[in-house]
Amino acid sequence: MVDNRADTRLDLRTPLARVKGLGAAGHGAEHWWLHRMTAVSNIPLIIAFVIIVVMLVGKPWEEAVRIAFHPLVALLLILTVVSVTMHMRLGMQIIIEDYVHDKGWKIAALIANNFYAVAIAVASLWAILKISFGVL
Amino acid sequence: MAQVKVPDRPLSPHLQIYRLSWTMAMSIVHRVTGAANYFGAALVAIWLVAMASGPVAYDRVQWFFGSWIGRLILFGYTWSLIHHMLGGMRHLVWDFGHGMEPGTRFAMARYTLFASIPLTILIWIVGYMMR
Repeated sequence: MVDNRADTRLDLRTPLARVKGLGAAGHGAEHWWLHRMTAVSNIPLIIAFVIIVVMLVGKPWEEAVRIAFHPLVALLLILTVVSVTMHMRLGMQIIIEDYVHDKGWKIAALIANNFYAVAIAVASLWAILKISFGVL
Repeated sequence: MAQVKVPDRPLSPHLQIYRLSWTMAMSIVHRVTGAANYFGAALVAIWLVAMASGPVAYDRVQWFFGSWIGRLILFGYTWSLIHHMLGGMRHLVWDFGHGMEPGTRFAMARYTLFASIPLTILIWIVGYMMR
């Protein structure tokens, strides 16, 4: 973990708590950190994604597939799907935890959130791979 | 046994207490655009699956995205993505402890909105020129 506090001596935790780096939730800053990391990776990937979409706009199917078939385009799309679905899963989890207080509904919503993110990721990745391995 | 009466705890002040500020408004918009992007991701998945499925499915999806309602949704989705990205960059700067002064933080919040709109329009102009 990155620690950019100006003065790290201002820490009331025990040395064991600090070395474990886990807070009350039991998993430390992992969620926060993954959210920031995917936020950073999303920036170049979304810019690339927008460029790819603009290249594909209004093209007939065969031409569109020929562009998406290109390894560079396919790899950028795969990276975008992985980074974005991870980021949106983490983000929606925060929204759910902020607004859904009933325990049953919260668990249901968190499960639905994970299923949705995985469904989007798997469907998109399947499509990209199918195009890459030859749909033409 | 005596009934233990728990006094009403004071609640922390929420939205209706504070005057709306740029940072507050953009914080709300950041969350709303994030949720919109979450559901908008389904459009991308549908589009990719249609492309992988063949020309018939692709043409059908293209027809919907090309209709006025489809274009409206895609235009909104483009703005939502760009706005969330600019807002995210602002948050990354704040994560490092920079730009916290009142003037700077309000200006940063303002510019995410003022930059996202022309950027979105620019992307669409380029998109139409590429057709």
